[in-house]
Amino acid sequence: MSKEWPLWEVFIRGQHGLNHRHVGSLHAPDAEMAIMNARDVYTRRNEGVSIWVVRSSEITASSPSDKGPLFEPSNSKVYRHPTFFDIPEEVGHM
Amino acid sequence: MYAQLVKSEGMKAREEMSPEEIAFQERIDRGEKIEPKEWMPEGYRKTLIRQIGQHAHSEIVGQLPEGNWITRAPTLERKAILLAKVQDEAGHGLYLYSAAETLGVSRDELMELLHAGKMKYSSIFNYPTLTWADIGAVGWLVDGAAIMNQVPLQRTSFGPYSRAMIRICKEESFHQRQGYAIMMKMAQGTPEQKRMAQDALNRFWYPALMMFGPSDKDSVHSAQSMAWKIKINTNDELRQKFVDQTVPQAEYLGLTVPDPDLKWNEDKGGYDFSEPDWSEFFEVIAGNGPCNKDRLGARVRAWEDGAWFREGLMAHAEKQAARRAPVAAE
Repeated sequence: MSKEWPLWEVFIRGQHGLNHRHVGSLHAPDAEMAIMNARDVYTRRNEGVSIWVVRSSEITASSPSDKGPLFEPSNSKVYRHPTFFDIPEEVGHM
Repeated sequence: MYAQLVKSEGMKAREEMSPEEIAFQERIDRGEKIEPKEWMPEGYRKTLIRQIGQHAHSEIVGQLPEGNWITRAPTLERKAILLAKVQDEAGHGLYLYSAAETLGVSRDELMELLHAGKMKYSSIFNYPTLTWADIGAVGWLVDGAAIMNQVPLQRTSFGPYSRAMIRICKEESFHQRQGYAIMMKMAQGTPEQKRMAQDALNRFWYPALMMFGPSDKDSVHSAQSMAWKIKINTNDELRQKFVDQTVPQAEYLGLTVPDPDLKWNEDKGGYDFSEPDWSEFFEVIAGNGPCNKDRLGARVRAWEDGAWFREGLMAHAEKQAARRAPVAAE
């Protein structure tokens, strides 16, 4: 069996100056071809003005089973949210 | 549908489930999405690989009947539109293959299974496109039926599959509308063009109804897939919805649905209609439809003829990478 092209993750910046956003993945022999293929597949209808590609194997992900311990520390810190503080109505919008 | 007769697992009763399986089912019941690296029952993984793989193969094989008319489209504009539509299908195949790959199967493995006849694609693509009107009928009926199935699948429990469906549905409406636009043109054209449109409807009506798979009473694998939310509606529900939606569209065209028993049923608020010939369906699925050999042959040929190209690009990429790499250990 011939060697399979590596997998790339594709990130696109939309028209609106937002962050690049993950849109999907594709196979390509190298980064240049990955960008060309991403252009052909993921920006067929004005979806973007900029493309990033990164080898899927280069991505390190948090482990789903660590979800609890990893995110719990911030869950208990409700004072980080503005709604934690009562501001009298007379003060107006804040 | 694009995934017909997907073999699933026997439905497990709650008493037979392990604690992990119970927790998993509860997450699905709460409407949570399952992501690739999370724990899942082996049956869920296997069924999804079969279903998403079959769906992906359908998109790719589905390019063939329409590709047949690209060089013979009646105008340059129609040619550009059809080309764009067929390109979209390649993209849909890609989204779905990528979703399947997150479950631990490789693209090449899926291709090999298809080429060896061990994975299926939708029965509909084993019918020929004989005239230009068929291209209209395919967009209108085949993509129409696909939308019927894919819209609810946007809510499926497996994250990558759901996201692929959302992308696909955004593009699918263009497909159906371009097909219906062809049908309108033909139906309002010369008597001969109208005859062609009617003939296309006659030939594609029942194969389109077959896309939803066998009748619920013969559909053995549904219960577990529905519990897992990888199947959202039953085959008959979707088929009924499709008929109810399509009949008025045919009437607008001034065409006749080829079913003498088609009748509005006030009580159920839908049409009564004839079932397709299921023996034909099972023959086509078994590989004995009008175009099975052509379709699979074309896929295998494309794969084999493209091998030198895939390997060449890979060799080039490796050479470039080696050239760029810093010289190790001076």
